Amino acid sequence: MALLEVEDLSVSFARRGQRTVRAVDGVSFTVDTGEVVGLVGESGCGKSVTSLAIMGLLPKQPGLTVGGKAVFDGTDLLQLDDRSRRDIRGRDIAMIFQDPLSSLNPVIPIGLQVTEVLTRHRGMKGDAAAKEAAQLLDRVGIPDPKRRLKEYPHQLSGGMRQRALIAMAVACQPRLLIADEPTTALDVTIQAQILELLKDLVRDSGTALVMITHDLGVVAGMCDTINVLYGGRVVETARRRPLFREPRHPYTVGLLGSVPRLDAGRGERLTPIPGSVRDLLPWAEGCAFAPRCTRRVDACVGQPPELVSAHDGRSYRCVNPAPPAGATPAAAPVDPAAPVDPAASVDPAASGEATSAGGQVPAPREEEKP
Amino acid sequence: MTDSDILVEVRDLKVHFPIKRGVLFDRTVGHVKAVDGVDLRIARGKTYGLVGESGCGKSTLGRALLQLNPPTAGQVSFDGVELTTLAPNKLRAMRKRMQMIFQDPMSSLDPRQNIESILTEGLQTHGIGGSREERRKIISETLDKVGLPRWALSRYPHEFSGGQRQRIGIARALVLGPELIVADEPVSALDVSIQAQVVNLLDELQDSLGLTYLVIAHDLAVVRHISDTVGVMYLGALVEEAPGDRLYTEPLHPYTRALMSAVPVPDPDVEDRRERILLAGDLPSPANPPAGCRFHTRCPWAQPTRCADERPVLREIGESRVACHFAERIASGELRPHKVSVEIVRPAGEGEEPDTVSAPSEPGSFV
Amino acid sequence: MTIISGKKREKIDRLAELAAREDERGVSLWQDAFRRLRRNPAAIVGAVILAIFVLVAIFGPFFVPYGPKDTMGIREGVVKVGQGLIPGPSSEHWLGYDHQGRDVFSRMIIGARQTLLVGVVATLIGLALGALIGGVAGAAAGLGGRWGRMVDATLMRFIDMLLALPSLLLAVSIAALLGPSLITVMIAVGMVSVPIFARLLRGSMIVQSNKEYVLASTSLGVSKSRIALAHVLPNSLAPVIVQATLTLATAIIEAAALSYLGLGNPDSSVPEWGVMLADAQPWLGIRPALAIYPAVAIIITALGFTLLGEAMREALDPKLRK
Repeated sequence: MALLEVEDLSVSFARRGQRTVRAVDGVSFTVDTGEVVGLVGESGCGKSVTSLAIMGLLPKQPGLTVGGKAVFDGTDLLQLDDRSRRDIRGRDIAMIFQDPLSSLNPVIPIGLQVTEVLTRHRGMKGDAAAKEAAQLLDRVGIPDPKRRLKEYPHQLSGGMRQRALIAMAVACQPRLLIADEPTTALDVTIQAQILELLKDLVRDSGTALVMITHDLGVVAGMCDTINVLYGGRVVETARRRPLFREPRHPYTVGLLGSVPRLDAGRGERLTPIPGSVRDLLPWAEGCAFAPRCTRRVDACVGQPPELVSAHDGRSYRCVNPAPPAGATPAAAPVDPAAPVDPAASVDPAASGEATSAGGQVPAPREEEKP
Repeated sequence: MTDSDILVEVRDLKVHFPIKRGVLFDRTVGHVKAVDGVDLRIARGKTYGLVGESGCGKSTLGRALLQLNPPTAGQVSFDGVELTTLAPNKLRAMRKRMQMIFQDPMSSLDPRQNIESILTEGLQTHGIGGSREERRKIISETLDKVGLPRWALSRYPHEFSGGQRQRIGIARALVLGPELIVADEPVSALDVSIQAQVVNLLDELQDSLGLTYLVIAHDLAVVRHISDTVGVMYLGALVEEAPGDRLYTEPLHPYTRALMSAVPVPDPDVEDRRERILLAGDLPSPANPPAGCRFHTRCPWAQPTRCADERPVLREIGESRVACHFAERIASGELRPHKVSVEIVRPAGEGEEPDTVSAPSEPGSFV
Repeated sequence: MTIISGKKREKIDRLAELAAREDERGVSLWQDAFRRLRRNPAAIVGAVILAIFVLVAIFGPFFVPYGPKDTMGIREGVVKVGQGLIPGPSSEHWLGYDHQGRDVFSRMIIGARQTLLVGVVATLIGLALGALIGGVAGAAAGLGGRWGRMVDATLMRFIDMLLALPSLLLAVSIAALLGPSLITVMIAVGMVSVPIFARLLRGSMIVQSNKEYVLASTSLGVSKSRIALAHVLPNSLAPVIVQATLTLATAIIEAAALSYLGLGNPDSSVPEWGVMLADAQPWLGIRPALAIYPAVAIIITALGFTLLGEAMREALDPKLRK
């Protein structure tokens, strides 16, 4: 059985005098023990709201409705009262946020913030807690942990703060870790450090990880299963390799075509998705992506597309999916503002080849040098 | 490259910001050396990409090049005209030939002006287009170039999406008909699908208008995609400069290697096979940079001799310029990275194929 | 696979277009703020209170039943202060007589004009001087380089000196210097708010000067003075406008306080709410209503300004914009 099973989760914000905003609309996904699951999407796709809803961390305000189920190890997290939810939070499920500085209390030393977690959930006190805290900091790669315990968040660099936050998150050996854009605020070289750390933690402890990010590169390196979100819905779910090799939903195809790749050459035109996320306004019914979609057909308007399950556990919400391997998803551009160059469209098979070529960059030999 | 092909030449540019203390009388207690001795040349009609992590001084360099931050020392010559000593009114007249695109399209547009007045401002300043109609015509043509509808003119910045705002920013730069455009993180504030639109737009504009770009970004993939020549900055100085493809296939400076190996690629096969060169620790403070080679405190290849006490200058190796004493010996594999200060991690695959990772010292194998 | 039919596509495109352009012309930030102001109930209440107040202040004096200085109560022998006889409301005198036998209702109406005048003029004095100093300092500090910073430092030390003096002491000193009069009260209350406006505008301008759109204009070659006037100043005004509205409330209260202390118009027969409050003091035991009427009027007016000011703060705050 899955460790976390999110079923038909929906979150809507109703405001007086304004249209109800459905931030999350029928999101379902599962996380198995020890699995790394990615929630990918651009800003406003509902990925962060999903995680906050599962954790019960959405700000309580009138007009907020959370529906569906989020079953963690047999208990529905959405039905829990605050108290038992707090018990689970930190002990069984922990969360890492994007901005480490605002997630740490600026006036309390790091050490105290870590020992607080240990005291609250593991009943450790005094020297034992301090010792454990130092060990935790050491484990996440913070040098000279004993001294760092006495320091305040602002005395640490961004990378170190994120490490401290991860130390707090893993303090109770949670079974599920939710990381919301954990590396977005960091530089690439620091991002690489943090991602390696997360990978190590997952591998060593068997913790399941839900990775929320907009960066397809991060997902490609880390996740076992990937859920692509758009407009509050999961539009495609697949294992990592099939998703990148053979994306079916036009949004996934478009997203992959939009990312400039380090291993691509100069001047290769990207294939952007025309329009912007704002274009979803008149599409309360129907596929949220339809206004920007190059494969739009009649059936896209009217009602939300059904979830289509394909082989090897992948599924997508699209009535006119991109054909599997070998075909080029070409159609007329929707927005003249951003012309689509059909010749440069992403060809899944071709990009697969480019990939393997990219993986084996010819090693420069000595004789090439002057 | 002959001299007439060079549009911009920067020589030994330095920008130091004083650190001041004191309530009544400011006392300078030190300097942040944001840019500390940079030489570069940008060829006409080409794109020079500048990469580096936050705090490396790349944005300051871009602004100093346009004289938006007064340089502390050094020269910037634009099409043969020395900018650092130019009289203020002459400099203002020069500005129509060199424009800038900013990172945050929201904060770089005056929220209280509509698009028409934002775009007209430059025209008025330089007396381009005599009448209102003539200016309107120029503006409309520019809107077409960047792919914005005409009705945008009476709108205000907050009524547009991020991608459209960036188009407005580009239109503002284009309206004066510049030769050089300095783009400071032009896409990093945008969503992935919108990034591609803007990157393509910049490419198209270069093709049709023959623009020269200096693109400043932290995203190596974006810079590589758009640039002919790429310069890598670390702590206020260039550590390597090479044609884009060459920098990618054959990075010579240890920092470039680390940077390249850290960029995630949206492809599981690449991700699984590549090895990462993880740098230890964080960027040192630019107020107190390490002596000798600035990178030696984090460099996996740092040597006991020279690195700590002799600052390397950019040397030409093939088509590249590298600031490393031991670049050749590192490239040949003669020098091996230290085991202590760096950890090379080989991520386990998904089980679909065996771990085939080349030896860490073998060059060109980091992607 | 059916590619979308012509008619349907048309409909979709029209919908998408509608979503992108709700109306023909763009909505500027001021218009946007005004729209939100109109939707805020607190703003409506405040505006209604102030509208009544202003209407009464402007037109009321033309319709008052009795002269404000007419001591008819004593003349007619109805008011006998010595015996503690000050009659209350009646059908002829809606709010009764005061201790000098004058009609309180008429005096309240005419006092409204005086009070509004004091509040508005005092605030304008503070706003004009403060905005001038703050604007110059802010522009100099934000855009002026080294010389600008020196100008800014000099102006700000002067403002700091003003700020260091307790406001009441400052007002009393000014009143002592110029002699008690209504103008003295206006100047005194105005001077007290000068440093507030100056610091506010300066701070706001420095923040705006560091925004990227200023850099963008600089890179276009726009001159510094034009940047300061066309970009920095308009974007810095919002907090100053809010503060001015709120200052109107405090100015009325402070003017009342100064009048109460006897620094206002020495001719106490000219009605002003603060003066009336002061005059009512000896008779609190006999007829507390004499003090309650002006006090309640001052409180309600100040409340109106405050409600409107707070609503404007919300409407103009860019962070609250969706």
